[in-house]
Parts: sequence; structure tokens; C-alpha cells
Amino acid sequence: MNIRNATILVIARLTFREASRRWVLWVAGIFGLIFLVVYAIGFIAIRRDILLHPPGQLMTKEIYGFILMAGLYVVNFLTTIMTVLTAVDTLSGEIASGTVHTLVSKPLRRWEIVLGKWLGFAAMMALYLLLMGGGVMGIVYVISGYMAPHALPGLGLMALGMLLLLSISFLGGVTLSTLANGVMVFGLYGIAFIGGWIEQFGSLLKNQSAVNVGIISSLIMPSEAVWRRAAYEMQSTLVRTFGGLSPFSSQSAPSRAMVLYAVLYAALMLWLAMRWFGKRDL
Amino acid sequence: MTIPNAIETAHLRKTFGSNVAVSDLTLTVAPGEVFGFLGPNGAGKTTSVKMLLGLIAPTAGEMRLLGASARDHRVRQRVGFLPEHFRFHDWLTASEFLHLHAALYHMPEAAVRQRVPELLELVGLSLHAAQKLRSFSKGMLQRIGLAQALLNEPDLIILDEPTSGLDPVGRRLVRDIIRSLKQRGATVFLNSHLLSEVEITCDRVAFIKHGQVLQISSLQTLVEGELTVQVRAHPLTPQVVAGLSQWSQNARADGDHLTLTLPGEVDLPAINRYLVEQGVDVYALQPQKVSLEDLFIQVVGTDGGL
Repeated sequence: MNIRNATILVIARLTFREASRRWVLWVAGIFGLIFLVVYAIGFIAIRRDILLHPPGQLMTKEIYGFILMAGLYVVNFLTTIMTVLTAVDTLSGEIASGTVHTLVSKPLRRWEIVLGKWLGFAAMMALYLLLMGGGVMGIVYVISGYMAPHALPGLGLMALGMLLLLSISFLGGVTLSTLANGVMVFGLYGIAFIGGWIEQFGSLLKNQSAVNVGIISSLIMPSEAVWRRAAYEMQSTLVRTFGGLSPFSSQSAPSRAMVLYAVLYAALMLWLAMRWFGKRDL
Repeated sequence: MTIPNAIETAHLRKTFGSNVAVSDLTLTVAPGEVFGFLGPNGAGKTTSVKMLLGLIAPTAGEMRLLGASARDHRVRQRVGFLPEHFRFHDWLTASEFLHLHAALYHMPEAAVRQRVPELLELVGLSLHAAQKLRSFSKGMLQRIGLAQALLNEPDLIILDEPTSGLDPVGRRLVRDIIRSLKQRGATVFLNSHLLSEVEITCDRVAFIKHGQVLQISSLQTLVEGELTVQVRAHPLTPQVVAGLSQWSQNARADGDHLTLTLPGEVDLPAINRYLVEQGVDVYALQPQKVSLEDLFIQVVGTDGGL
């Protein structure tokens, strides 16, 4: 058996081809491009205003940082949505339609199908994130010369958030119908989202109970915590120090331990998906 | 060295909650056999097939394919399978579909390049190689599914209702493929409703109901078994009919029509000679075998297992 025919890679390539054949890649690419064009035009317009009435060097930098983080926030949100929308159906859809029967009856281990699909989606969404996130950063840098601090760790954390949702969508896809799986993943996302905000307020008001609610919700679903860590990495030192409440910035940065927890969480979800898919009747 | 049995199951059982799909399946399929798996709807045929292929985990029991445990995925390297509902990735072209499944069989690239056009030719889809499966008719899907099941030149091929979507030409194609598989020494496990198809192609059949084997019959004995003979002749006087008792106890005449049953076909010429010697004009003498359908209803009953 040569490496080209390793089941995992065959399935990963199939995932890419499916996304391409079903126009997912192209539609995402076209609308991503439009997004970047709109963002660039908007940024140029704002910058022109800033150049006309310069608010001082420090403030100028903060405004650029704010607009960059707003762009990255939307990119993070889009990546989340895209990941769930595309991955939520990949296992449950194949199970429901019966296409899985010809796959699973081949000389392969079932977890190889799960891992192959996961890798395919992970690569695809990472590419999307890189083009969109990199695009936003590139636009801001080329036009204004401003670059976010810790851009690469920031993008890496955004990718981790994507992998979290991907792994949960896979786990749900083994046991739930496509629709129920989507409802579950977004339900978890909602818990993380509101928990994150309560934690932000709590941190601002020095209210430990509220902070605890946030921490618990992050343990249930760490996606929002990972985004806030990413935002923390990429925001300016001024915002880091003095804060300010906006979805694009982080008042209390989740710890490195939380990041590690998120990595383990994603790995566990994927492992469970592989295991459960190996056992279920098809 | 003895060649291991193609399929061996012992007390195979599958329950879904309180619902018993397969209660106790024990059967052996010899290598090189064409084996029919018959039963009414809901008898557990598809569940059994799915267990053999690792799609469903048995609740209890043992199963071996080609001498290896059916739970070991590696044995499926030598197994081909056409599932009942033949739902495939319909955004692939016919050729891409076969390439994908060849890759899943870990076939070397050179072999695939040769095998795919061959199989497309065999199932009559060469002209549709670059067409997406989405645009295929039911019969075409079944043909490409069959080609997929033949990719690895399997030693055991499991066909779940292989002719359900096919026209007579397609059915003959399936028959020819089964025959050539048999010549090659491969074992064919055929799950089918179409008894006439099974009658033509199979060596042995198992009748199952409620997930249990009721009877296993060799179709050879069906061929050599009891005959019903329909005769059209004139005049059929009571004396002539009575004289037939030396061959058959149940000769009945109705006008010019005579019906009798015989244990085999050896006596047919003697009966014909007897009738002619009695001065009877014989217009027709037709032996009819007990059909598989008759046997099916006899074994399984008419309640359809419901």
C-alpha cells in the first residue's frame, strides 16, 4: 500500500473534492473576496478622514487596531459559521443517505473515515481562515503600516476555535441528525458566547460570581474563551492595560491553561467521534 | 490444504432494543458456490448481510468470511459488496467513483487505470464514464455499483438485491457476471426477491424467516425432483387413464387434458409410447418442475412473515 492510497488521505481528498463540486469552495471564495474588498474600501475611507484630522499618533494606532480587531472578529465569526454549516452534515448526511455503506464495507477501519474527513475540513477551513484573517491583516498593513502584535499566535488561536467547533460537529454527526447536530453546536456556541460576556462584565465590576459563571461556561464550551485569548494576543498594549468593553477586545484574558483545556477538549471530541462512529450500526 | 468456507455463521443474533431482527442465523456457504438468501420482507436478510460486512455489530454469535473473522477489516480486501439502496456520492463521475473505491481497496495506480475502463465496458457504461452519477438512472446506478463490487476481483461477492432496478437486459448482464464469477471460483452470496433469477443462478438457497434458517435446499434436487406433467391428447378414455397407474397414482383427465405427477423424467418416453399404442393422439406432453416459488411458499408460508 502506498501513501497516496492511505485511507485517511483518500477521504481527506474526497472531502476537498466534494466541497469543490458542490460549489462550497467557490462560493466561500467569491464572498470572502467581496468581504475583503468592502473591508479595504471602508478602511481607506476611514483612514482618509484620520489623515485629514490627525488625532495624534497614539490614538491613530488605537483606531487602526480597533478596526483590525473588528475585521478579525467578523472573520472569526464567519469561520465558525462556515465550519459548522459545512461539517455538520458530513457524517450524519452520509449515514442518512446510505452512501456510507459502500465506504465502510471496504477494507478500512471506520475511524480512518472520521479522521480523513476531519483533516480535510480542518485543512479547508484553515485555508479559509488564513486567506480571510491574513487578508484583513494584510489590508490594514498595506494601507496604514499597522500590524497587530502577536499576529501568528492570534491566527493560531482562531484556528483552534475553528477546530473546536469542527470536532464537536463531528461528534454530533455520529449520533444526531444533521439538523439536531446543528442546533446542538450553535446551542453550545450560544452558552459560550453569553458566558464570555457575563465574565467580561464580572471582571469589569470585580464580581467573582459572574466571573465564575463565565469560567464554567468556558469549560462547557471553550470557543469564546479561545477567541478572547486570540483577541488579547492581537490587541494593542493600551487596550490590554486599560480594557474597554467590546466584542473585539478582551477585558479578562483567558489563561494559558484554558487554551490547553481547549486543545484537549477538541482532541477528546474528535477521539469520541472516531470511537462512536466505529461502534454504531449503519 | 482445504479451502476455508466462504461464509460461516454460528448463532448470529441481532436485536434493536426489544425488536429481534435476526434471532439465530447459522449457515455455511462453501467456496465457489452461488448461494441464494431468500425470505419474506422483514425476515432479517439485509441485517444479516450488514453484519457480515461489518456495517452492523451482532448482538451475539460468530461469523467468519473466507476463513478469517468477519470483524477484521482486512478480510474485506477480498470481498465485494453491492448494497441494497446503492446510494453513492452522486457528485462524482462514473470513472471517478470507481477510482475512489479502487483507492479504498488500496489498489495500485497501474492496476486501477486498467481495471476501471474494463469494468465500465463490462457493465455497459463506457460511454457514460465522464458523466456525473447524479444524472444516472436507477438501472445505471445499479450497474456502476456492481462494477464497484467487482473492482478488487473479489473471492466473495455479496449482492443485496442486485437486479431490483434493472430491466431484462440488465438482469441478463447480472446473470452473466455471476456465471463468470463462478467460473473464476469466486463465491457469490445473493440476496434477492426475484425467485426466477435465483432459480437460474444459484446452486443452493437458504430460506429464512424471523432471522432463522428454515431450510437450505440444493437447486439441483429441485431440478431433479418431482414433475407435474400436462398432457393434451384425444381420446382420453377412463381405461387409458386407469392404465397410467403403473407410473403415477394421481393421473386425472379433464376432457382432452390430462395431469399427472412423476418422481422424475425417466418415465416420460414410456408414457408417451403407452398413449400412442393405445391409439391416443398426443398433441402435447409438457413436464413442469416444482418452481422455486412453489417451494418458497411451501417453506416460508403465505403470511409473508408478518
